Amino acid sequence: MSALIALVGRELRLALRQGTDAAAALAFFALVVVLLPLGIGPEPGVLARIAPGAVWVAALLAVLLSLDRLFAADGEDGSLDLLRLADLPLELTVLAKALAHWLATGLPLLLMAPLLALFLNMPAEAYGPLMLGLLLGTPCLSLIGCVGAALIVGARRGGVLLSLLVLPLYIPVLIFGAGAVEAVLAGLTPRPHLLLLAGILAAAVPLAPIAAAAGLRLALE
Amino acid sequence: MTMSGVSAAFHRFANPGRFLRLAALLLPWSAGLTAVLLAVGLWFALAASPADYQQSETVRIMYVHVPAAWMSLFVYANMALAAAVGLVWRHPLADLFTKAAAPVGATFTALCLATGSLWGKPMWGTWWVWDARLTSVLILFFLYLGYIALVHAFDDEERGLRAGAVLVLVGVVNLPIIKFSVEWWNTLHQPASVMRLDGPAIHPDMLRPLLIMALAFTAYFVTVVLLRVRSEILARRLRQLQQVQAAG
Repeated sequence: MSALIALVGRELRLALRQGTDAAAALAFFALVVVLLPLGIGPEPGVLARIAPGAVWVAALLAVLLSLDRLFAADGEDGSLDLLRLADLPLELTVLAKALAHWLATGLPLLLMAPLLALFLNMPAEAYGPLMLGLLLGTPCLSLIGCVGAALIVGARRGGVLLSLLVLPLYIPVLIFGAGAVEAVLAGLTPRPHLLLLAGILAAAVPLAPIAAAAGLRLALE
Repeated sequence: MTMSGVSAAFHRFANPGRFLRLAALLLPWSAGLTAVLLAVGLWFALAASPADYQQSETVRIMYVHVPAAWMSLFVYANMALAAAVGLVWRHPLADLFTKAAAPVGATFTALCLATGSLWGKPMWGTWWVWDARLTSVLILFFLYLGYIALVHAFDDEERGLRAGAVLVLVGVVNLPIIKFSVEWWNTLHQPASVMRLDGPAIHPDMLRPLLIMALAFTAYFVTVVLLRVRSEILARRLRQLQQVQAAG
């Protein structure tokens, strides 16, 4: 347990020192949301209609950007071999990295989302389900992203390949996250969508580390 | 077959040379069967089966669309099984099977989506709709493409094959979603008519060409995969020979 906390601490300290990486993801999030009104036109009604989905897609893409170096950096400088030999099982190592990734990237995105939703003129009642959905969904994105990041360690053009691998797996999270907000805007309850998101999270927490650890072991052979 | 008999057979067919001999034996039969089944199936589908009372002749697209859809799921399930066998038992041909099957599965999925779209325009009035069944099959198509990209992304072939095997197993969760999407969601796509607990809800005159086409597609899959695995084994031998020659 203390090894897990130590690893999370290490990752967070690294993220803080290289603060620009997390900040870049946040800036990308903001930029995508800014691009949309410029491309679609500033009509408030249209923007309000697309706001929940747009925030979700932008958050998804921002998380995707930050996953590239998650394990590749460790693979290059030899930390991955040390982690493999450590007391902590590789699956728990992945869990620690996913938690740290969420704390450093997902959580800031979550906190910035309401501000960007404001730019898109999102209706007031949509903020609650949006935040709740992102709270449940961003950890899923980190966990599923870990699987993809583990598989591409040492691959050529890993960044682009990662998008192709991980985006199909992200689609259910997007559908239910945006669906929760759409439900509220239609006057229905967001409960089924949020429960399904919670279900995806509950499944991802044990299963994603197993798959990612299998991928890391392949990288270390 | 006893358990030791099963594992003996398992290990016997792990030998690539033996597989090549088996493939040489099976290929002519498999190819012939494909041709025969395709001819019979198409004759039944296009000529000897009734037109639908609502859709008239357009229903005949079903005889390509539905078997292609079945094949896209069947091929992925086989790939997942082979991936599991390759990861757990390190069977040398399992990963080659997965690599060989992927483009075939991707093509069947693309065929399913394309024929579905062509069928949807006259029937539903739209080329595409974002309902659960179509979306999940589109995701399956991207999973196939992702696998193919991942396997070719590594200089070390073994590494690529094993990483791909992990990816296939991660994506297998999509299969029950596709199958049950028409029951779990309100979809435009029609619910299951053949593989139901209550038995097929389709007339035997239409079920017959459907099943024959499905068998024809399966025979085609077997033929193409045998050819492709044979090519992979021979390509591997060629690379080894080139390396020996380069080493002097």
